[in-house]
Amino acid sequence: MPTSFNRRDFIKIGAAAGIGTAMVGPSLFRRHPTARTTYPRQQGDLIETSPTYCEICFWKCAGWVHSKNGKPWKVVGHPEDQHSHGRLCTRGTGGIGAYTDPERLKRPLIRVEERGEQVFREVSWDEALDYIAHKLSVIKETHGPESLAMFSHGTGASHWKTLTKAYGSACITAPSFAQCRGPRAAGFYLTYGDVVGSPERTDIANSRCMVLIGSHLGENLHNGQVQEMGTFLANGGEMIVVDPRFSTAAGKAKHWLPIKPSTDLALILAWIHVLIEEELYDRDYVERYTTGFEQLKEAVATNTPEWAYPITTIEPAVIRETARTMARYAPATLVHPGRHVTWYGDDTQRSRAIAILNALLGSWGREGGFYIPQTAQVPEYPHPEYPEPSWKMCEETQKIFPYALSPVASHIRDMTVAPPAPDKQVKAWLVYGSNLILSLPDIEKTIQAIQNLDLLVVIDIMPAEICGWADVVLPEATYLERYDDLRISPGRRPQIALRAPAFEPMYDTKPSGWIVKKLAAKMGLSQYFPWEDDEDYLDWRLRQIGSSLDEMLEIGVKTLPSQGPLYFPPGADVTFNTPSGMIELYSEQLEQYGFDPIPVYRAHQEPPAGYYRLIQGRSPFHTFARTTNNPILTELQDENTLWVHPTTAKDWGLETGQYVHLENQDGKHSTFPIRVQITERIRTDCVYMVHGFGHSQKQMSRSYGKGMDDNELVTNVDVDPIMGGTGRRSNFVTFKLENATPMEAA
Amino acid sequence: MAAKQKKRYVMVIDTLLCIGCGDCVVACKMENEVPDGLSRDWVVEEVQGEFPNLHVEYRSERCNHCSNPPCVYACPTGASFIDEDSNITLVDPELCTGCKSCVAACPYDARFIMPEGYVSKCTFCMHRVNDGEDPACVSVCPTHCMYFGDLNDPESEVSQLLKQRQHKTIAPETGTDPNIFYLT
Ligand code: SF4
Repeated sequence: MPTSFNRRDFIKIGAAAGIGTAMVGPSLFRRHPTARTTYPRQQGDLIETSPTYCEICFWKCAGWVHSKNGKPWKVVGHPEDQHSHGRLCTRGTGGIGAYTDPERLKRPLIRVEERGEQVFREVSWDEALDYIAHKLSVIKETHGPESLAMFSHGTGASHWKTLTKAYGSACITAPSFAQCRGPRAAGFYLTYGDVVGSPERTDIANSRCMVLIGSHLGENLHNGQVQEMGTFLANGGEMIVVDPRFSTAAGKAKHWLPIKPSTDLALILAWIHVLIEEELYDRDYVERYTTGFEQLKEAVATNTPEWAYPITTIEPAVIRETARTMARYAPATLVHPGRHVTWYGDDTQRSRAIAILNALLGSWGREGGFYIPQTAQVPEYPHPEYPEPSWKMCEETQKIFPYALSPVASHIRDMTVAPPAPDKQVKAWLVYGSNLILSLPDIEKTIQAIQNLDLLVVIDIMPAEICGWADVVLPEATYLERYDDLRISPGRRPQIALRAPAFEPMYDTKPSGWIVKKLAAKMGLSQYFPWEDDEDYLDWRLRQIGSSLDEMLEIGVKTLPSQGPLYFPPGADVTFNTPSGMIELYSEQLEQYGFDPIPVYRAHQEPPAGYYRLIQGRSPFHTFARTTNNPILTELQDENTLWVHPTTAKDWGLETGQYVHLENQDGKHSTFPIRVQITERIRTDCVYMVHGFGHSQKQMSRSYGKGMDDNELVTNVDVDPIMGGTGRRSNFVTFKLENATPMEAA
Repeated sequence: MAAKQKKRYVMVIDTLLCIGCGDCVVACKMENEVPDGLSRDWVVEEVQGEFPNLHVEYRSERCNHCSNPPCVYACPTGASFIDEDSNITLVDPELCTGCKSCVAACPYDARFIMPEGYVSKCTFCMHRVNDGEDPACVSVCPTHCMYFGDLNDPESEVSQLLKQRQHKTIAPETGTDPNIFYLT
């Protein structure tokens, strides 16, 4: 009988007990061939290829998996693919490492108590799924099906979402909304009635001028965008980069504006001011498509470059010159909306300001600005109607955050701790591919929420930190070992891509399609999964658009006929999906909720003396915490470093390469130390590290204790009142120089 | 019949486009099945100047397939050689004794010892070039900053680029006559 725990202890995945601890499964090291040769392809080698789309990040580039003589060899981009244009990025090229990583989750695990200690027991799939089915039926009876919440990140989540809906819950969230790009979605939705989407509808390849505000394209390797940035630069595009750090992109830019962190909105308002004052905006576009221009003009009247200078530290002449540069190339000027934009809690307003700036430049719907994306229409496999939940999490969320366009992961976490009503409890979490311990700010609260659950199921590839808190851990097959739903994503042309298994699943891992179908049967929900198997499901869907699974296995990517123009035809009437039908420079929607109808700059907290603002970012070698144990990618980078300006280093007597601990404004001390990297490439008032390091799971030996986890130092969260985003950049750190020895020595 | 003209394969890398992402490094590792911990190419980052007047250069580096190769001269067994039809410098694992003379002679630190004991390094992906493909690193570069071709063909893209753009090589003072060019 399933036991229940009053309190969950964190379990290191290595501590497995009971059956099946002996290692089975094929040999792990498949990359290194035996041939003593400099020529890796020899006559008579059997090369086989199969189509996939990459799952190492959310960009989902299509490619071909190559095996040589039955062994995994390499993954290369699909030439026809709009996401990759035949070239995978660093991480995708090393994607086979996800498959070969010997520290993957291998077998289903259930939390049990043995001799007073909580441990994981390796169990069969049947036992694991019986356990979950039983628990969920008890939870349904006691608290209603709405008490199930699902956290998703990644393609395989689609099956789990179906299961959640079939069970009777609408509580499905992706941390990527409130922890990442949600403010951008809300800001653009409020302005244009539409979102930027993923992959972004940015027309970088055709831009003449691109403005990056804190976005570090090139360090974040969003493949299509980075490739387009290459084209843009090769064509002589002028780049304006606003960043407290001399990012890689800043190194390619004509103008680098090393802004004081947290003041970006002031700069954007000053730019808007200059465009209006000097009448550099696109008058025809503004008249034709926008509403609220006069109010905007009035609102920014005092936001002069001279006003912005002491706030931002950017010289008025530079603000004017860069505004004029933008106007010179408009509408082929793209003020990039960024992607990870949860910084200071006013992020929706900053995104709004970016949206407004683009509208003044006339770039939305124009070549070199934002194109009109096209998405293939592929019918769903028919299934019965989902039961109607008696309450919906998104409605609860929207009572607090009116423009939460999807349930907010951190809010669900908070509601798990403190339910809004006795009959609106969250009692079970399904966590798919989403390491909530590293991705949700305020770790203590996440753990507190977990203690309130009756069931926590984690579906993952790696023994990520969240697994240590689970009641059941389900080891999923990697993207190279499974089918998934079709990739149907927006782009310049409607296009679909297939992921097919290149290899048999290793160990006792299974694809989510298989797991969920089996679980649904145990839960009496089979009618929602009426297909035979993944192949039947995919073939049915593909046949509706005149293709088939067989065809897609041959071609991998299929481009469908264009659905219309990519840009607004000159002078065309356009109706926007906003209440006014126009681009809303002035937002009555926001006004109605008591928010600023036009963005207003308000100062943010400053670091206390001796503290530095902690800024986080991406590395081209990793997809945050997801890949930091990948054996191929760790060879490029196995720990993060702390960027420190030489002046700061001098003040503290720091040397490059030295390990330091950090402590934040709330006295939170880092678990693991980080190496100092002294560099001129950063301001003196902040320090910088790449997110995703400092894992505390010993089982992941290549990432355990390597570098620092910035998330544990984020104890102050500035919540965006409009959409619930969790701003994480008002955290300040100081150096703790005692006992900062690296892991190996500790 | 005219004699087949010997090729001079070169790589031209545009530092203005290179973002130091390391895709070239991983693509090479996968393509050539380079063992863990070793690699045939790498990325160098050079920062110059002081805040806020800075310049950063990224360079993807590898064996320069020098026209005047010290490694080949240093090899006592003839294992290191230049391919007959091109300037591609190669190592014959059967002849290599792993004495490391070439490793010491190379000013670019391009050579390393395989776990099996012989010397290895970049081959310009000769197996791909022979099939009319670009080397793996060139074929994967997301910013298209790398070009590969025959400098003996004046019409080739690499010849044109070197005619039109400023460029440099690494450690030309060593007299190796390197064949990797960096556009600046
Ligand atoms: S951008 Fe890179 S990691 Fe992301 S899907 Fe594409 S190849 Fe994979």
